[in-house]
Amino acid sequence: MDILRFATAGSVDDGKSTLIGRLLFDSKAIFEDQLAAVERTSRDRGEEVTNLALLTDGLRAEREQGITIDVAYRYFATPRRKFIIADTPGHIQYTRNMVTGASTADLAIILVDARNGLTEQSRRHAFLATLLRVPHLVLAVNKMDLVGFDQQVYEQICDDFCGFAAKLEIGDLTFIPISALLGDNVVERSANMPWYDGPSLLHHLEHLHIASDRNLIDVRFPVQYVIRPHASSDPELHDYRGYAGQVAGGVLKPGDEVLHLPSGFTTRIHAIEMAGQPVSEAFSPMSVTLLLDDDVDISRGDLICRPNNRPSAAQDIEGMVCWMTADRPLTPGARLIVKHTTRTVKGRVTDLHYRIDVNTLHRDETATQLGLNEIGRARMRLTQPVFADPYSRNRLTGGMILIDEATNSTVGTLVITEAR
Amino acid sequence: MRSDYLLSQLDVLEAESIHIMREVAAEFERPALLFSGGKDSIVMLALAEKAFRPANIPFPVMHVDTGHNFPEVLDFRDRRAAELGVRLVVASVQESIDAGRVTEETGRWASRNRLQTVTLLDAIEEQRFDALFGGARRDEEKARAKERVFSFRDEFGQWDPKNQRPELWNLYNTKIRRGEHIRVFPLSNWTELDVWAYIEREGLEIPSIYYAHERQVFERDGILLADNPYLSRGDDEPLFAATVRYRTVGDMTCTGAVESMAQTVQQVITEVAATRITERGQTRADDRTSEAAMEDRKREGYF
Repeated sequence: MDILRFATAGSVDDGKSTLIGRLLFDSKAIFEDQLAAVERTSRDRGEEVTNLALLTDGLRAEREQGITIDVAYRYFATPRRKFIIADTPGHIQYTRNMVTGASTADLAIILVDARNGLTEQSRRHAFLATLLRVPHLVLAVNKMDLVGFDQQVYEQICDDFCGFAAKLEIGDLTFIPISALLGDNVVERSANMPWYDGPSLLHHLEHLHIASDRNLIDVRFPVQYVIRPHASSDPELHDYRGYAGQVAGGVLKPGDEVLHLPSGFTTRIHAIEMAGQPVSEAFSPMSVTLLLDDDVDISRGDLICRPNNRPSAAQDIEGMVCWMTADRPLTPGARLIVKHTTRTVKGRVTDLHYRIDVNTLHRDETATQLGLNEIGRARMRLTQPVFADPYSRNRLTGGMILIDEATNSTVGTLVITEAR
Repeated sequence: MRSDYLLSQLDVLEAESIHIMREVAAEFERPALLFSGGKDSIVMLALAEKAFRPANIPFPVMHVDTGHNFPEVLDFRDRRAAELGVRLVVASVQESIDAGRVTEETGRWASRNRLQTVTLLDAIEEQRFDALFGGARRDEEKARAKERVFSFRDEFGQWDPKNQRPELWNLYNTKIRRGEHIRVFPLSNWTELDVWAYIEREGLEIPSIYYAHERQVFERDGILLADNPYLSRGDDEPLFAATVRYRTVGDMTCTGAVESMAQTVQQVITEVAATRITERGQTRADDRTSEAAMEDRKREGYF
């Protein structure tokens, strides 16, 4: 059994909570006491139908205001897979939450109300999912029951979306007509839409091939922690020096020739250990410890790769920034702390090229700043190099978070398009 | 030998948790791990052992002892800490009461559950801990489902759910000022079944009360509570013998048992997989106070 992480984008109006409620309910991930609590609260509030949104809206403020503020994580499993849902609010004021949920997702479900067709919101969700390079996208056309399960309505929405999607770099796109409320095409194929010959949503989630989404080509091993058993009574461990970290790309094997950055020194992998035991290979997302043939001065923030395939050691970074704070806008000249893989450096924003309208994709080149939830293309100059790849090549060596020096808050994120 | 580059869900969760633990060890000066002797903290401690092998775990473990804990669990706690050679810090609620820092609740519903927060925060300040690992999981409770893996606490130990740091990829913001700290939850993405499956796979030892045993219990508010000197029982709450096990392990005054015949981890897994009630709903009186009981306690600095 493996894990599929997916993000759901959409608002209560699109039936997102109903869809999640149904997936959880049908996979027996909702328990009787949870359902009883939700039914009680719904009744107390005078709502006619049990409000499944109360299952995911865990904070007092969310329940009071009837809105989803933050990402909620939900879990369910079928015999084939374990699923982690990042349930993200759909409204524009929560763009940063969707960006957060999408950053680790293997798949994003964008919900569209069949009666309304594509809206600004659905276009924004598709744009954000592709910006964060979610490898698989599902456009779930919901509330098909309310349009008489009409094939024409569904196909018109699919056509509209394809027209818009042509402007985006979408890896894998699947359309599914559903009724979350009645269950059509959610778990079981619908008898009401014989014209649809694709899988149900759950079948798609269960069978989707995701193993190839990782980068297994470019060896990238950011050194996270150096293990040195100082006070060990075992004399064999006196010279032990293990480089611990989580593989960010490629496949590492004992005997491989590797290159250390920033020194450029080459050596070979002596052994790979997982929890003190030798393993024959390591790949993403394994957390392992590397032992090298030669004594090299290696510390946290360094990177191990192959001699003929290395990332840029870059101090000049171009990329798309999503700004996540209302405290102050992002402006050229802003100084920030940058965390990239296991390396933390400082940096300054040198240029803001444009702000993108997340609804229309229009680029406003006259923009002089980015406010909360705004996205734009910027350039940064860093005090020290980071070992980076374009985000399109590797999500782990291509993404960075931006931290405010004064407040220590995470105020933004940057996905790298170019690193020099 | 793997050739398909596939990892099981337990391998992926383990790798993620180990990454989180190493990140803390690398970026904080004085981390500690909250260890109660319960199943989640047992898994967390096993992961810490794996993360730093062959070196020792590079931080102490801490337990907030309400004075009302199960003796079997305290024995287990002490033995496990000794085996690993880690320093065990015990913060005592009784000492907080004796020092006048908190006032003991009275009456039939009296519990030291909420008092723990003061003891915990005092200990964090006294020990100058800047990061604390907790075994909480997001599938446990709806407020926990909203919490970050690295969860910021201000100088008063408070959690502000509306102002959480965005968390992207595997990048965690560890910046704090002096007096503030971070609660770190390496098991965030684990479910109750994952924890049991891992205990089985790794052959981890757990306290005996997790397996079926006979015990004198009484029923209160639908929960089976153990006969113990810290609870005053009403006339309408007769004792009876039952074969039970514990699904969660906390304070004796608010942790309920479930009827069970499970003698092995495999049998426990079979029961857990079939149950239709959540672990906290079935066994925790402390969550029943109100719809937002957990959120309210967490805001104050609770685990």
